Amino acid sequence: MKNNIITTGVSKITAIDLPGRISKLRTLIAMDKSIGKNKSSFPWEPFKAMVQKEITDHIRNWRFIILFAIISLACMGTLFSTLNDGMKTLAADNAENSFFFLNLFTKSDGTLPSYFVFVGFLGPLFGISLGFDAISSEQNKGTLSRVLAQPIPRDSILNAKFLAGIIVISVMLFSLTFLVLGTGLIAVGIPPSAEEFMRIMVYTFFSIIYVSFWLNLSILFSVRFKQPATSALSGIAVWLFFTIFYPLIVNMIVKGYEPTKYASPKAIHFYENLKFYLVQIIPNELFDEITSAILMPSVRSLGPLTMEQLQGAIPTSLPLGQSILLVWPQFTGLLALTLLCFLFSYLVFMKREIRSRG
Amino acid sequence: MAEKSIEITGLTKKYDGYVAVDNLSLSIKKGEIFGLLGPNGAGKSTTILMLLGLTQFDSGSVNVCGIDTSRYPLEVKKKVGYLPEDVGFYNEYTGLQNLFYVARLNNIPSEQAKHTALDILAQVGLEDAKDNKVSSYSRGMRQRLGLADVLIKNPEVIILDEPTLGLDPEGVKKFLQLIVGLSRKKGITVLFSSHHLHQIQQVCDRVGIFVKGKLLAEGKISSLAEQLFTKNTFTLEGGISLINDGVGKNPKPIKELTDRLTRLKGVAKVDFKDNHFTVESQNDVSHELSRLIVESGYGLSHLIKKEYGLDDIYHQYFQAGKSS
Repeated sequence: MKNNIITTGVSKITAIDLPGRISKLRTLIAMDKSIGKNKSSFPWEPFKAMVQKEITDHIRNWRFIILFAIISLACMGTLFSTLNDGMKTLAADNAENSFFFLNLFTKSDGTLPSYFVFVGFLGPLFGISLGFDAISSEQNKGTLSRVLAQPIPRDSILNAKFLAGIIVISVMLFSLTFLVLGTGLIAVGIPPSAEEFMRIMVYTFFSIIYVSFWLNLSILFSVRFKQPATSALSGIAVWLFFTIFYPLIVNMIVKGYEPTKYASPKAIHFYENLKFYLVQIIPNELFDEITSAILMPSVRSLGPLTMEQLQGAIPTSLPLGQSILLVWPQFTGLLALTLLCFLFSYLVFMKREIRSRG
Repeated sequence: MAEKSIEITGLTKKYDGYVAVDNLSLSIKKGEIFGLLGPNGAGKSTTILMLLGLTQFDSGSVNVCGIDTSRYPLEVKKKVGYLPEDVGFYNEYTGLQNLFYVARLNNIPSEQAKHTALDILAQVGLEDAKDNKVSSYSRGMRQRLGLADVLIKNPEVIILDEPTLGLDPEGVKKFLQLIVGLSRKKGITVLFSSHHLHQIQQVCDRVGIFVKGKLLAEGKISSLAEQLFTKNTFTLEGGISLINDGVGKNPKPIKELTDRLTRLKGVAKVDFKDNHFTVESQNDVSHELSRLIVESGYGLSHLIKKEYGLDDIYHQYFQAGKSS
């Protein structure tokens, strides 16, 4: 009986025709190794040309210039208000003054949100605006079929668009970070410690991943939707959903489980966990957690902790390695979401029929 | 035997149950100019997309320059230049930059690419406009830039999808001359799709008529007529006159002449109306016919050989397509 099941299972597996499918997949990716015989036959020169063109297009684009201006202005504004306030903070708070440069990124005097809030808020917009018409505009202009008639693998287009976006984002975020650092350095006259510097670099790296998630999402929409407006709106809709509506829904669900004052510790633990895990699929929340753990060394845990776990803990700040370890799950989640978007773009785009227009 | 540039066998493509291309088989020799003729929506563009591996097909096989398109689309694209219908360019770049970009996508080293790009722009007559942005180009110029795009990779096969759409007659003529000249000079195979009969008639060595996903007839334009009009391909129109100079013998009655004409080999139908006649036949009988008329004592005032052009073929074909 059992054997029978196994054999039918095996025959089903063979019926899937794995080799056939793999060869089909290979032809899709168009990097069959058997042809040309040299394994390094991937056309790097054309790929480089494409990335260069995309970067040029981004930088010359008014959309990019305007967004860049907004973000830089916001950052400068925050920086000045923080610096005004920073002197007082520096003097007042002894526990945190060892991390003065981190305060530049996280503290503000209340008139303007702080730098990291700005990046968390405008980053998605930036990512969406760089990618929402990546494929659809080429299709509408009729250039997609022209480019695809050239001997380049189809995925090169997606890869080039994505890579160009990442490069532009990285340059922007790093220059902003260094700008803030430099201004802080001039205003205060104390160089940042190695730890602070590393923390800021790690934070910038994570924020690039975060923005690239939104970039990928909008590229996915641009592959899926023919109209750039539709794809831009879908991107913004997802962003709004995650920033406004999803927390509302979570709130409603969580309220139903709210334990009474006399509830058992188990119930409270369950409630806290529920509250924590429900928001873990939101990219914004993941990024917020990453930011707070990296930029505030005093943060020791992101989820709920029991009294047992806290026992014997020394109330100091964590070293950088420990902070990164703390946000590793969040980082993995964010990366996974990014890759998921990329994967779906591939799936939709690879089998697509490329007509000249429309 | 001549080398085959394009070989299609049993190609079928379905869209949600609707058959766009139905069991198509076709082969095109090297250096040939082949015209794919058919009305809109006949599946011409779909066939071309399948040739380039830009869309997947359900069954059959496509070989271009001896390479299987579905397995090695990249190798095929190295050898095939494709000008899509209504081609688009990056409008904010100049013509030269657009061309240069395509050259770089073809992995041509940039020094060489610069030379070739300028050469080719001169060939297609765009050297004066090379530094203007493409957004300022006219339709004809864009089309010529598209051809430059195709030529820069030094292709063995050129595929043009409705290249003359939207061009004025003069532009069409120049464009076609350019293509024919290039094809003859370099031995490039050209596949040319259009729904304009006359353009195809002007330039193509062979024609395939394509309707509703099926290739109905294929061959030289003259032999196409034979395929489609299986009988009575030739029609002769003429007029006779009575000669009353007293020298000749008395003319035989019209009735007898008709009988004798009908008895000629290959003649299917003879119609007399006053002094005009039409003779339909399977082969060219003009010699025999004229002798017969003169022998019968009539004068032949005029004789017109009516050959079928693509127009007739097309219309005939449409009727067949509609009735089926």
